[in-house]
Amino acid sequence: MHLASQEVPLVWYLLLSAVLFCLGIVGFLIKRNLITVFMSIELMLNAVNLSFVTFAHQWHEVKGQIFVFFVMVVAAAEAAVGLAIIIAVFRARATLAVDRIDLMKL
Amino acid sequence: MNGPLLYLPLIPLVPFVGFLLNGSLGRRLPKTLVSGIALIAPLISFLIVVRDWVLISTPKEMRAWNGPGPIPKLYPLPLTESLPWTWITAGSLHIDFTFVLDQLSLVMLLVITGVGFLIHIYSVGYMHSDEGYWRYFAYLNLFLFFMTTLVLAGNALLMFVGWEGVGLASYLLIGFWFQKKSAADAGKKAFIVNRIGDFGFLIGLFLLLANFGTLSFSELAQKIASNPAMTGGVLTAIALCLFVGATGKSAQLPLYVWLPDAMEGPTPVSALIHAATMVTAGVYMVARTHFIFDRSPLALSVVAIIGAVTALFAATIGLVQTDIKRVLAYSTVSQLGYMFLGCGVAAYSAAIFHLMTHAFFKALLFLAAGSVIHAMGGEQDMRKMGGLRTKTPITFWTMTMAVLAISGFPLMSAFFSKDAILAAAFASGSLGKLLWFVGLVTAGLTAFYMFRLWYLTFFGETRSHDAHPHESPWSMLGPLVILAILSVGGGWIGAGRFGSLLSPVLGTKTEEMSGSLEVVMMFLAVAAGFVGWFIAHRMYHQRSATAQLAAPAPAGYNLLQNKYYVDEFYGLIIVKPLSYLSKYFFEWVVEYAILGGLAWLLAGIAALSGAILQRWQSGNIRSYAAWLALGAAVLLYFVLAPHVFGAPSLPFGMAGH
Repeated sequence: MHLASQEVPLVWYLLLSAVLFCLGIVGFLIKRNLITVFMSIELMLNAVNLSFVTFAHQWHEVKGQIFVFFVMVVAAAEAAVGLAIIIAVFRARATLAVDRIDLMKL
Repeated sequence: MNGPLLYLPLIPLVPFVGFLLNGSLGRRLPKTLVSGIALIAPLISFLIVVRDWVLISTPKEMRAWNGPGPIPKLYPLPLTESLPWTWITAGSLHIDFTFVLDQLSLVMLLVITGVGFLIHIYSVGYMHSDEGYWRYFAYLNLFLFFMTTLVLAGNALLMFVGWEGVGLASYLLIGFWFQKKSAADAGKKAFIVNRIGDFGFLIGLFLLLANFGTLSFSELAQKIASNPAMTGGVLTAIALCLFVGATGKSAQLPLYVWLPDAMEGPTPVSALIHAATMVTAGVYMVARTHFIFDRSPLALSVVAIIGAVTALFAATIGLVQTDIKRVLAYSTVSQLGYMFLGCGVAAYSAAIFHLMTHAFFKALLFLAAGSVIHAMGGEQDMRKMGGLRTKTPITFWTMTMAVLAISGFPLMSAFFSKDAILAAAFASGSLGKLLWFVGLVTAGLTAFYMFRLWYLTFFGETRSHDAHPHESPWSMLGPLVILAILSVGGGWIGAGRFGSLLSPVLGTKTEEMSGSLEVVMMFLAVAAGFVGWFIAHRMYHQRSATAQLAAPAPAGYNLLQNKYYVDEFYGLIIVKPLSYLSKYFFEWVVEYAILGGLAWLLAGIAALSGAILQRWQSGNIRSYAAWLALGAAVLLYFVLAPHVFGAPSLPFGMAGH
């Protein structure tokens, strides 16, 4: 612990991660633009990544860092697919307002 | 396994192969090939049985057996052969496909495969123009498969398989002409009535299993023999349950009603299944399990009384029937009653002896009746027959032999076997003397109705004008002649030595009758037969009228003509209520209330929950997102709560770690 005390404390990283995650959730819930919602999801993923890296550093455990790579790969794939879907939706409906994309309603 | 190789499993399996071949390919095969397969199968079985018979009797003593000398010394029977795999293993219970050859099953096998083969030959002639030719022979071979399995079975369960199987074959063959409603109904009736009896048999098996833990006959006999104090009680229950099964299969009161209707089947079937072999399975079963019956005087009395009453009851109905096959059917019921009377007085060997002679002469009677029906172009009503003596001489003479045999004429087969049963009945106490008298009266009635049939069929003038009687082909007459020889001489095979032949299996009767008493009884039995003949001669030959019995007592005649209204009675108290119950109770309660109600209830639940859950499916992405976030929050709460608040318990054991 004496080594950690000379650096930025662990809690700060985690707090930053939590704040980013909550921002992501709030954006996910309240924003109406599909692209903003999508960016909020990316933000949450990165918040999680941050806490992974933090713990990996704290416990000298490389697994956490590897996990981050996986999450980044998934996020990249998701970005590719998600943006393609968004473009397709915009072409079809000429809007990106999530409240109007409600065709799945019964 | 201590004897020669007997090929016992082949005895049932060869007819089964015949059944498979004819049943699957018969429709496409030429008729000669079908008959070839169908005839070779029982012939092979018969030859195996004969070979085994010769093998287990040493040649020197075989010679002694032909004369009136001592009983042949056989191999140490029973000999056992099994199929090489286990059938059932459950805990301590092991059941194999065991086939047992002893004196009892040997006699039965000779009768079944021998008479069966003759009837197969006869059928080739009788059924030659039927379009279901291949189907008929497939069923017939199937029957032989099950019947030989029944007889060879070394344990009660394998016997039960054969027992059910012959019931199936009987059902298929009674309803052979299923386009005719009466035949289809008769098949169903036979099957259902037999099912009632089989229920009793099955309960008996369960009781055996519960009390002795085995179904093997030899082990059961050992266990009972090693426990001489065991009488009555559970053994009575077992014996009575088994006897219920026997009354179903062997057409005794109160379950005999299916047998007369079973005459809807082809006549050779009536001869083979409903006279010579299958219906005697009940007698065989009682003899096979005699060690149980021996320990229960009550059960034995029940068997004897049911047997005697059935004998008399069926004989009286037989007096007035006009359908030639129905007379023979009631006669069969009556003769089976004799056999059970024999079993009931513990004279099992006499019962089996009568079973054998009955197989000969009753098969002959049915086959001859079939020949008569064939000659009359399908007519079965005796009132329309008559005068066939000159037109069908061979049928007439063979039928005469059978009539003499069944009526117990001196030195004919039933003379010996029926006499043995009556003598044993007389020797067994005061109840036995009453039953002996019933048997004696029945003997007189038997002679009467058989000679009535004989006179009505063969004497006088032909009373039908559109019939052109002609003798049957030799494929039908040949078996008649062989069976006639057996009917006449069959008694000599067993007279005096049948009891000691079967004694290793069935035990020995200790009571010996004095010679003079035996002669008196023999005389009485023969006299009863002659009285029956004399009355029949007076009524049906000298006056040559058809309904002579009706004149003096019309009420009694009607009662008999309508078979004591037993069918109507059963219809009223069992069939009608059951069908009403099915129709109304089950239609309303089960169909509407239970099934319909259940369907409505399930549909209602689905619709209601759908209407509620529909609210969640708003189609709005942000509401989905909110639910998602809420769910994640709840999960997070449950994971973290124990660490944060130290909560002791949470659902699903999530907090365990």
